Amino acid sequence: QNAVSALRRREFHRSVTVRDALNQAMDEELERDERVFLMGEEVAQYDGAYKVSRGLWKKYGDKRVIDTPISEMGFAGIAVGAAMAGLRPICEFMTFNFSMQAIDQVINSAAKTYYMSAGLQPVPIVFRGPNGASAGVAAQHSQCFAAWYAHCPGLKVVSPWNSEDAKGLLKSAIRDDNPVVFLENELMYGVPFEMSEESQSKDFTIPIGKAKIERQGNHVTVVSHSRYVGHCLDAAAVLAKEGIECEVINLRTIRPMDVESIETSVMKTNHLVTVEGGWPQFGVGAEICARIMEGEWHVSSQTSCSTQRLQSVQNPMQKFKFCMCLREVPD
Amino acid sequence: LRNLQTFLYGAAVVMSARTYADFTTQATFEIKKCDLFKLDEAPATQVVMTRDEGLQYYRTMQTMRRMELKADQLYKQKIIRGFCHLYDGQEACAVGIEAAINLTDHLITAYRAHGYTYTRGGTVKEIMAELTGRRGGIAKGKGGSMHMYCKNFYGGNGIVGAQVPLGAGVALACKYQENNQLCVCLYGDGAANQGQIFETYNMAALWKLPVIFICENNRYGMGTSVERAAASTDYYKRGEFIPGLRVDGMDVLCVREATRFAADHCRSGKGPILMELQTYRYHGHSMSDPGVSYRTREEIQEVRSKSDPISMLKDRMLSNNMASVEELKEIDVEVRKEIEDAAQFATTDPEPPLEELCNHIFSNNPPVEVRGTNPWSKLKSVS
Repeated sequence: QNAVSALRRREFHRSVTVRDALNQAMDEELERDERVFLMGEEVAQYDGAYKVSRGLWKKYGDKRVIDTPISEMGFAGIAVGAAMAGLRPICEFMTFNFSMQAIDQVINSAAKTYYMSAGLQPVPIVFRGPNGASAGVAAQHSQCFAAWYAHCPGLKVVSPWNSEDAKGLLKSAIRDDNPVVFLENELMYGVPFEMSEESQSKDFTIPIGKAKIERQGNHVTVVSHSRYVGHCLDAAAVLAKEGIECEVINLRTIRPMDVESIETSVMKTNHLVTVEGGWPQFGVGAEICARIMEGEWHVSSQTSCSTQRLQSVQNPMQKFKFCMCLREVPD
Repeated sequence: LRNLQTFLYGAAVVMSARTYADFTTQATFEIKKCDLFKLDEAPATQVVMTRDEGLQYYRTMQTMRRMELKADQLYKQKIIRGFCHLYDGQEACAVGIEAAINLTDHLITAYRAHGYTYTRGGTVKEIMAELTGRRGGIAKGKGGSMHMYCKNFYGGNGIVGAQVPLGAGVALACKYQENNQLCVCLYGDGAANQGQIFETYNMAALWKLPVIFICENNRYGMGTSVERAAASTDYYKRGEFIPGLRVDGMDVLCVREATRFAADHCRSGKGPILMELQTYRYHGHSMSDPGVSYRTREEIQEVRSKSDPISMLKDRMLSNNMASVEELKEIDVEVRKEIEDAAQFATTDPEPPLEELCNHIFSNNPPVEVRGTNPWSKLKSVS
């Protein structure tokens, strides 16, 4: 009887790649709500430049999955207009580097409109696509836009790490009545993760704005988002052998940032390291450090507190292999 | 005395009733032909206007005119601040377009938007209070001159040209929802050189979106005349593969007929169409521009005397016995009063309270705290 139930349990925990998790999320939301549709370059007949939208065009057709010409500013604006008129578009940027062509539509037409109209005009849209460093794609294709978009009120900015994050957060983003910038990572697409039974349900969502503690620890708080959460967990495993227990926090959402979770952790550990793929200056780590320094912990802490930021090298070419130097952080 | 009053009042009513019965109920007018691009058919040149339509167009245009002039006054008194782009001179465009579409259709324009806010259903009171930044404004004082919204009217957009892809997106939603509605998408001669507009032409034509692109060519993009800005000033041809019309934008009937033609084109599934309305603005680009450094006062005066849309309509109605001078004067008086009352409201209504500063950041969201100007200042944001 135990063997049977063990087998059953194993069946329900499936190994799903981030790509497939995103695909499932979009498939389920397209099915659930007639107003949801996907548009972007190569999303339909090519099955997605990175195959994230594989099979969706075959299933839903030209009306719901739309291939666009290479006109980011134009099609991002069209997507925003469609959202204003009652649809719920998912606008894909082949990478977020190309979103710079359309950034006016994301910020000025999408993010600010609900406020400027004093609540008359919501814009329920998701802008999604791969963000940040990939493998050897050179400077113009490697920028991380988390800090740029997270700077602006009116936008929600989400950065999933694993498959569960990807699926739950994308579904929440699509169901959210506000503009959401959904930052994926190309190198994560092919990485498989165990997904719980709960996360395989069609109604599984993860709330936007809540971080997750991926690993408990008492000695140092390590905060990260996207791909680098995995690096942090690897580093934590190495450090654990030396008796240093890291508390690894997966931000999941960059804006609105769950500072409370970080603060609670830092109150316990008194040490903070932020890890990100973006550049250091004016980055996500900078914001976290500033918020922690302004917050309860700094005010009330008896011991001297230390914060450090780890991030990509501050040069245009992010062609290097990103190296985790957690051990070198001064005590 | 009261009997005398009643008698005189009764007599006046009888007299006016008798006078109104003398008016022509409708007349046919010959209007200017449109220039055509990639079109085999054209809008009608013989058009019928009823007395009621004429009076309605007159009243609407006069209201818009007086509203803009009042805004000019309030701006000079520093009661309106910030940007203020006035529409006087171009009234025939907004009124003619609205006359040819339904309120269930959609419309989006750029920042010279007060007139369209009115024709799309905003009241003068709400518009003026929005200009003065008060809580009774159409956007509760948070949008200002360039960001007014109402049902099926998507503003009011500050970034030149950005409204054009938005308009095509609205049209995509119309086609998607199969509701036989269309979107009128306006931009100026200055915006006509924006790249995103050409991207939009391509997608609108490719996907046969029900959008009427309308270029309101008032000859100047801010201070740059069309000859100095565009290699081709035939804006109605710039859609290349999209059929186009060039229309006299100072004649409300021309605009109406052309828009009717364009709307039929869209609704029959033929895809987008482009209209260029040749029009003129009396004011400068905005209230900070006197409007005479890049054009002559003589030019402004010439347009005012020869092509003013309201005068043209008035002459038409009077010469065809569709209305009397007194009747039109009465409308003027009523309009003036409406504007005065609205200005009074706009000047005395309180500004939105500080507690509402951070509201409406997110839609359908639980209330959140928003950081103020320092870490200890927390403001509340409600959806």
